[in-house]
Amino acid sequence: MTTVWVPCDAAAVALGADAVAEAIAAAGVSVRRNGSRGMLWLEPLVEVETERGRVGYANLTEAEVGPLLDGALDDTDRCIGVVDEHEWLTRQHRVSFARVGLAEPTDLAAYREQGGLVGLQRALSLRPEEVVAEVTASGLRGRGGAGFPAGIKWETVRTATADVKFVCCNADEGDSGTFADRMLIEGDPFTLVEGMAIAALAVGATEGYVYLRSEYPHAVRTLRRAIDIAYAHGVLGESVLGSGRRFDLDVRVGAGAYICGEETSMLESLEGKRGEVRAKPPIPALEGLFGRPTVVNNVLTLAAVPMVLADGGEAYAALGVGRSRGTQVFQLAGNVARGGIVETDFGITLGELVDDFGGGTASGRPVKAVQVGGPLGAYLPPEQLGLPMDYEAFADAGAMVGHGGVVVWDDTMDASVMARFAMEFCAKESCGKCTPCRIGSTRGVEVIDRICSATDDGVRRTQLVLLDDLCTTMTKGSLCAMGGLTPMPVRSALEHFPEDFGLAPGEGREADGGIPQSATATTEGARP
Amino acid sequence: MRQRGPGPAPAPAPADPVRAASVRAIADQLSTLRGPLLPVLHEVVVTHGCVTDDDVLVVAEVLNLSRADVHGVVTFYSDLRRTPPPAHRVALCRGEACQSRGAEGLFAAAADRWSGSAGVEVDEVFCLGLCAVGPSGTVDGALHAALSPERLDALTDRWGR
Repeated sequence: MTTVWVPCDAAAVALGADAVAEAIAAAGVSVRRNGSRGMLWLEPLVEVETERGRVGYANLTEAEVGPLLDGALDDTDRCIGVVDEHEWLTRQHRVSFARVGLAEPTDLAAYREQGGLVGLQRALSLRPEEVVAEVTASGLRGRGGAGFPAGIKWETVRTATADVKFVCCNADEGDSGTFADRMLIEGDPFTLVEGMAIAALAVGATEGYVYLRSEYPHAVRTLRRAIDIAYAHGVLGESVLGSGRRFDLDVRVGAGAYICGEETSMLESLEGKRGEVRAKPPIPALEGLFGRPTVVNNVLTLAAVPMVLADGGEAYAALGVGRSRGTQVFQLAGNVARGGIVETDFGITLGELVDDFGGGTASGRPVKAVQVGGPLGAYLPPEQLGLPMDYEAFADAGAMVGHGGVVVWDDTMDASVMARFAMEFCAKESCGKCTPCRIGSTRGVEVIDRICSATDDGVRRTQLVLLDDLCTTMTKGSLCAMGGLTPMPVRSALEHFPEDFGLAPGEGREADGGIPQSATATTEGARP
Repeated sequence: MRQRGPGPAPAPAPADPVRAASVRAIADQLSTLRGPLLPVLHEVVVTHGCVTDDDVLVVAEVLNLSRADVHGVVTFYSDLRRTPPPAHRVALCRGEACQSRGAEGLFAAAADRWSGSAGVEVDEVFCLGLCAVGPSGTVDGALHAALSPERLDALTDRWGR
């Protein structure tokens, strides 16, 4: 009897995958649940095992299970052929996502068969400083958005002395347009467990926490099950793979606060406090969770570590461009025809992502803007689609790669509405600790409203100066990236789409003399 | 010696002793965790639907925290609701990615349809991680993507106001 694979990823489930799986099982066919392949526009993407390989059927509904099992869909456009040979996947370079979608997420035997635990085995054969050296040599940078070199952070924690050290995984993926953390945890949780165990061995930590948001209940369940299985098989616990070295791992669930994705706020939340941002220094690497040295890395950073150890840091460093080494997991989202996970080497252009992989907008209308890096990233016009995806190239263009989220907008978007929304969102989600963010965001909403409703040119220009001052104050004066980066979408919207604010072309651009200089305005862009 | 004040008044007896005992048991059971407050409060919400002022007193006492500490945490996080949950709840994503696929119209339609309803709550949420297949939301906790006002109406058809 053949086996049919139905994804258990939340995106597939939200499109009806559970009902499809039940209907197939009710027909007496063996059903297994895999993670998603990342081709989200095809979900639920059901795969049937054949001699040729796993053949995919796209957008399957419960009602179509009968025709599927009768072979009536084979010659229709719903059958996409052997999934592994799909052009959308073969053009990618999957490293962190290599295993996602292939097996049952919590099947430890399958994980081992597909190369899992090799990195952890190797890490156990090395001294801690050698493990850190491998990560440093790989050039791996934090995937959470800031791009800080992981090896340097780990070395700081390794050389710190304390009674206990921690490894914390930031899985509070609150940015709209990003879902790679969720899909990795739901599709291949052992990669994260292994990466955290390696980090713990490298820095001398004995306890780890994954801070996972409450909006991801499927991910919470899968990760908890994976951790239980890892304990049962000696991957976690008092003797990691029989080495005699202890590592305990626990999942902590967030409670609906966006700001807890900021690392110090996340640490406060883990300690059971309000998620208010801490001033740095002291850096978490020295005084982190409960004041102890703590590695805080994003899911994708830690998930890249097993491969770095298994194949060596040099192999990872051979990928990518400039100082952006390795691969990045891009997430195509928003109004895009073919959205999902695209993992490639750094250096691919934004246009290749949006047009070649994404196939343009879902609505079929022209692309007006692309927001890269989450709600705090810049809105870029189509003229900038040639930008290579590279931390430095984006920073030079006044934008950021961030977490690799790419949200596409068609020409019905109103940039002034989105600029206002950026401020409104900041006001709603600010932790309230620092004034520029807490007060500035509310004032920002008001100023943008006045710019858009101004009937008098003089009033509009005065308000533009105010907005610019406000953005500068928030950028330079906020305690964390939330207040510091909220001006990025606002300024980019104003610069690239001034007509949406009732301005003439060029008027929203400071460099062209559009915005008069004020006492505090600077010509520097937002900080990278 | 400086004279000390009378100290805080003793906490009034909880209105619902059964609930207080249950909350105490939850807090006791999780109190050995590092940073137990959030897991305890989550469990209180799962078990009792919300965190009341009486619950705050019990949790503070068991975890040896001040009432203010616990109150501050409860009011910071939107998941830790302080009023009993409605009979039905729709939470719709208003993140940028869902907005680019029509989330604002969907939210307005749902808010409009259920405005003034005692039994149905329409909430906003920022990102459910379904950003390529939006607009998305939850209907009584179940995830749904590619929502339209019509589809949402069909999903909530049987709810009375």
